[in-house]
Amino acid sequence: MTETIVSTHRLTKNFGPRRAVDHVDLTVGRGEVYGFLGPNGAGKTTTLRMLLGLIRPTSGRALVHELAPGDPAAVSRTGSLVEGPGFYPYLSGRENLRVLARYRGLPDREVDRVLDRVDLAARGGDRFRAYSLGMKQRLGVAAALLGEPDLLVLDEPTNGLDPAGMADMRRLLVDVAAGGQTVLLSSHLLAEVQEICDRVGIIDNGRLLVESTVVELRGSSGILLRARPLDRALAVAMRLAGDEAVEVVPEPPANPGTGRGLRLTAGPELVPELARALVAADVDITELHHVERSLEEVFFDLTRTHPALVAHPARPADAAHPTHRMHPADPTQPSDRTEVPA
Amino acid sequence: MTAPTIERPTTAPAAPAAWLALARSTRAELRRLLRWPATWVLVGVWSALNLTFGYVFDWISYRTGESTGPADAGVRLDSLLPAAVPDVLVQGMPMFGGAIVMILGALAVGSGYGWGTWKTVLTQGPGRSTAFGGTLAALAVVVAGTVLATVGADLAMSSVVAAVEGGSGALPGLADLARSYGGGVLIMGMWTATGVLVGVLARGPALAVGLGLVWSLVVENLLRGVAAALPAIEGVTDRLPGSAAGSLAGALGAAGDTDGGAPGVLDVLSGPMATGLTAGYLVVCAVVSLLLVSRRDLS
Repeated sequence: MTETIVSTHRLTKNFGPRRAVDHVDLTVGRGEVYGFLGPNGAGKTTTLRMLLGLIRPTSGRALVHELAPGDPAAVSRTGSLVEGPGFYPYLSGRENLRVLARYRGLPDREVDRVLDRVDLAARGGDRFRAYSLGMKQRLGVAAALLGEPDLLVLDEPTNGLDPAGMADMRRLLVDVAAGGQTVLLSSHLLAEVQEICDRVGIIDNGRLLVESTVVELRGSSGILLRARPLDRALAVAMRLAGDEAVEVVPEPPANPGTGRGLRLTAGPELVPELARALVAADVDITELHHVERSLEEVFFDLTRTHPALVAHPARPADAAHPTHRMHPADPTQPSDRTEVPA
Repeated sequence: MTAPTIERPTTAPAAPAAWLALARSTRAELRRLLRWPATWVLVGVWSALNLTFGYVFDWISYRTGESTGPADAGVRLDSLLPAAVPDVLVQGMPMFGGAIVMILGALAVGSGYGWGTWKTVLTQGPGRSTAFGGTLAALAVVVAGTVLATVGADLAMSSVVAAVEGGSGALPGLADLARSYGGGVLIMGMWTATGVLVGVLARGPALAVGLGLVWSLVVENLLRGVAAALPAIEGVTDRLPGSAAGSLAGALGAAGDTDGGAPGVLDVLSGPMATGLTAGYLVVCAVVSLLLVSRRDLS
């Protein structure tokens, strides 16, 4: 990673007796698109609000542009859209942005530029209250883009959008990232993060479970094989891929009758050789293809097995992903971050 | 949508000077306040009430002679002429004008919580105190402008009365007018700041407006009634915001309702005491609001 633009250290926020954010350590490098992923209520928005200086942490610290969150010099270099767009309903979209431009000391042509950037120039004269949800969200992103800030903090920018609106927003974010701005994007939509983010942090119940690149999180690719008889197929697979690279996987509940199968840790180039060897060994192949874990599988694995992760942060199952960082959830642990051994 | 590649500086640009950031914030807030229909509705209502109760009813009364006998007619006409503008200007402010600008203050600040505009404004860069300071400054400009417009309307109306009735069209002394204008700004500013504080405390417009109006129109009057029976609490009721504002208007020459003038105008405090107390309430409300907005979580 290059220069760090956002970093937090054991960042914690309590609301009364409830702990919303629990010892979160995250880092966002300059120029990257960072996905902050988690289910609703996981603590994403609270974390982002702390980074913007809207709420104060209970403990821990954060640095944005190497300054305390809320410092005018940090805030003026940050554009944000947090928990939905907040605008004056009686003003037009353009007039709302002109008001914000006054706060930032920007000329009106900057307003026209960002309206054009989010494809709202034609509707800029309409009152905000008359906008559709998608237009409101786009105006929120336009406001965040005012003055070309180094850092964009966008909290669920596709929330409430229809599929076409979501696709438009994704295109816009890819476009923004291509311009060199750092984007910190929170989402509960895995596909969104998978498509546009360089790195992701996964948060659940206020705890950052893992922080890694999308590629690392998804892990190495593999080959799925279902064949009869399975023991003979297992012998062939182990001979070609190695004993350690083959595991038996259970029958998928969604497809009863398909039987147990084998998962080989190997690249797609092994598929033709494996097929020839299985046929030569008189094995009937019912399914053989290259597989990749989706971020969704990773996410649900992590959130489902969260307590196990805490108890056994270096499970063998995680050893396939040697470089991502598992974050122990127990705040009393002496180290706030554990490197998972290969 | 285009994707320009931008060379980005890695060092922080210097933040603008505090006065420049405050000026920018004030301009921004003033821009949105002046484009807000609610602002003009409230200013319009105040102007209409001021002219109606300050001139129209009294003029009708004078012409029909229903409430004033021939012996009093000269006195009544004097109060409708331009020379009396400094007295008439502030007579409606302690109660009706104050209530209206309190609504303005509570709406201007409280609505931002419901609309989510505070989080937008406070993440633009000037800093919380400066951004909110801009709101206070913009409201001050609106109030000062409203009182100035009231002066203009009163002078115009009284000149019409003088022309129609053949009274003296002599303008009031500039010092008297300036003193009355200053007192009016102080009274209206104090009630606006009270509305701002209630808006910040309630974090919404509805409760803030309701509580503010109940206080200014009902509770203070009830307490004054109680004080008449319980002299022990008179010292407290005489120093409440409404009493201070009413006494300031009274000291500036406005007639109280016992003298056929406006309700809310009092003479329980001396002029300097009333001025100090009104200014004190204004400053306390503004500072407490500023501290709350600067320090409180915005969630």
